[in-house]
Amino acid sequence: MSGRTNPAVVEMRGLSTRIGDRYVHRNLDLRVERGQIVGLVGGSGSGKTTLLRQILGLIQPTAGTVRLFGQDLGGAGAVSQSAMLRRLGMLFQGGALFSALPVFDNIAFPLREIKRLDEDWIRRLVNLKLALVELETEHGRLMPAELSGGMVKRVALARALALEPELLLLDEPTAGLDPDRSRSFVKLLGQLQGELGLTVIMVTHDPETLAGLATHIAVLAEQHIVKFGTAAEVMAGDHPFLAGFRDGDKTRLL
Amino acid sequence: MTLPPSLQIGSGKAVLTGEWTLAALMPELQQLQTQLAAANDFADLSWDLTAIERLDSAAAVLLWRAWNERWPADLNISATCRRTLERVAAVPVADGTGKSTLPGPVERIGYLVLGAVDNARGLVTMYGQMLLDLWYLLRHPSEMPWKEIGANVYKAGALALPVTGLVGFLIGVTLSYLSALQLRSVGADLFIVNILGISIIREIGPVLVAVLVAGRSGSAMTAQIGVMRVTEEIDALSAMGVSRSIRVILPKLLALTVVMPLLVLWASGIALVGGMLSALLQLDISLAHFVENLQRAVPVANLVIGLSKGLVFGFIIAWVACHFGLRVKPNTESLSANTTASVVTAITLVILVDAVFAITTRNLGIPQL
Repeated sequence: MSGRTNPAVVEMRGLSTRIGDRYVHRNLDLRVERGQIVGLVGGSGSGKTTLLRQILGLIQPTAGTVRLFGQDLGGAGAVSQSAMLRRLGMLFQGGALFSALPVFDNIAFPLREIKRLDEDWIRRLVNLKLALVELETEHGRLMPAELSGGMVKRVALARALALEPELLLLDEPTAGLDPDRSRSFVKLLGQLQGELGLTVIMVTHDPETLAGLATHIAVLAEQHIVKFGTAAEVMAGDHPFLAGFRDGDKTRLL
Repeated sequence: MTLPPSLQIGSGKAVLTGEWTLAALMPELQQLQTQLAAANDFADLSWDLTAIERLDSAAAVLLWRAWNERWPADLNISATCRRTLERVAAVPVADGTGKSTLPGPVERIGYLVLGAVDNARGLVTMYGQMLLDLWYLLRHPSEMPWKEIGANVYKAGALALPVTGLVGFLIGVTLSYLSALQLRSVGADLFIVNILGISIIREIGPVLVAVLVAGRSGSAMTAQIGVMRVTEEIDALSAMGVSRSIRVILPKLLALTVVMPLLVLWASGIALVGGMLSALLQLDISLAHFVENLQRAVPVANLVIGLSKGLVFGFIIAWVACHFGLRVKPNTESLSANTTASVVTAITLVILVDAVFAITTRNLGIPQL
C-alpha cells in the first residue's frame, strides 16, 4: 500500500450523526485518498446514503469533522464551500434530474453555472457526456419524465461528470441498469478513473460492480466503519455481512 | 504540486504544460483564449503536449476548437491525452436542445381555444364520473369513503375557521364603518342594518369565503393530487384495484360541498358581529336594536340564497381543483402551472356563477320599502 503519503480527498474524524433520537453514525472514521475507488457497503438502513450526504454538507454532523480536499467543510465560508462542491459530482439514487428541464439543459446546467463557457463549448461538452453514457444527441430533447429508469441513471451520471469532478459520489450507480449497461458502466468508470485520476466513493449492493471496480472497500455496520482496506483484504475478512455478500456473489457467478 | 495550464508559442513550436482541466482553466481562460486565437498558423506549428499533467474533456474541446477541428500534422502527445482528444473529435456538434419556435398570434389563440375545450371536456367527464360513483355507492354503501371525507372536512373546514372568521370580522368592521360615515351625513342611520344584513349574508359572505377557500383548500387539493400523480401514487391505487375517483376525488368534492355552507354561515355571522360593534361605536345603535331590526330588514330568503351559494361555490372549487390536479404532468413546472390555473379558474368561475345567482334571484329577498 502507498501508505499515508497520498493526500486525502475525504477525511472524516469522530463523525456522529443523530437524526431525531437515533444515532445513524457514532464515532465514525474514514479516510479516502486520491485515486481510490471505494465501495461503501452495508445493510439497508445502515446509513450509507446519509454518509454521502455528510460529504456533500447536506447534513450537519452532530459531532466530528468532515474534511474535503484537505479543507474543513463545516468551517468553510459559503464561497469556498461552493468552490469545494464544484470539485465533486454526485449521482443521486433516484437521479434527481431537474424535471422542468430537458436532458440537454440538465447536463448543461452546472456548466452554465460557471458563466465562463460559450454555448458552442457547452454543446460540445454536453454531447460528449451524452456519448460517454451511451446516449444519442437526440435524447437531449427528451424531458426527464419521458426517460426509462436506466436512462435517468445515465443522464444523472452525465450531469455528475459535467464539471470534470475530482471526486465522484455514486449512490447505487448500477441499480436499475441491465447487466450489459452495468458492465459497460463499470468499464467506463474504470477508464475515466485511469485518465483523470478520479476518486470515487460509491454505495452499491451489486457484487459485480464492487468486484469489477472497487480498489478499496469500506464496510459500514454498527454505526461506524467496521472494516476498511483494499478490496482483496476486506473480501478475505470474516465479517458476517461480507460473508453474505460473497455468497451472493457466488450464486450470481454460478 | 499541480501547475496552472500554460501555453508557450515560439519558433514553430507550441508547448503546453500544467494541468489542463476545467477548474484550472477558469482563472487563465481569457489569456489562453487570446493566445490560441493568435496562433492562426496552428497547422504549421509543432504541438508538444507531453508535459501536460492532466487533460480533461473541457480543455480538450478548447484545444480541438483552436485547431479548427483538425489534427495538427506534428503532434506529440501521450496515449491517454490522445484518447481524450479523440473522444472530443468524434462527438457530433449537432444542436440537441431542439428549441421550438414560438407560435404566432393566430396559433396561440387556437391553442387557447383548444385548451379551453379540453378543460371543459375534462370537467364534464369528472362530473359524469362523480354521478356514476355516487350511483355505485348507493348500491354499495359499505364502500363509502367516510374516513377520507372526514379528513377533508376537518382540513378544509375546521382548520379554515380561524382565518375565515378573522377576515370576516375585519370586513364587517370596515364595511360598517365606511357606510356609517355616509349614512350619518344623510340622517339615515338605521339603514346600516339593511345594508350590512343584505350585503353580507347574501353576497359578501359567500364570495369572501369562496375566495379564501379557493386559495387555501383548492390549491392544496390540486397540489396533493398533482404530487400523487408525479410519484405514481395514483397509479399504485389503481393497481390495487382501488378506484381513484371514489377514494381521492369524490371525498374532496363531497367534503368541500358540505363544509362550505357552514363556513359561509360562520364567516357571515362573525362579519355581522364586526358590523354591529362598529355601528355601536359609530352610530350608537345598540346591539339589541341591531338584532331586532335585522329580522325585519333581512328576509330569510337571503340566508337561503347565501347558503346555497356556499354549496355551489364549494363544489365548483373542489371540482376545478381535482380537475387540474389530474392534469399535472410529472414535472415541477406543470405542478406550479396547474395549481395557479386551479385557483384562478375557481375564483373566476365562482364570480361568474355569483353573477348568474344575482340575476336569477333578483326578485327574492329584497324587502319593499
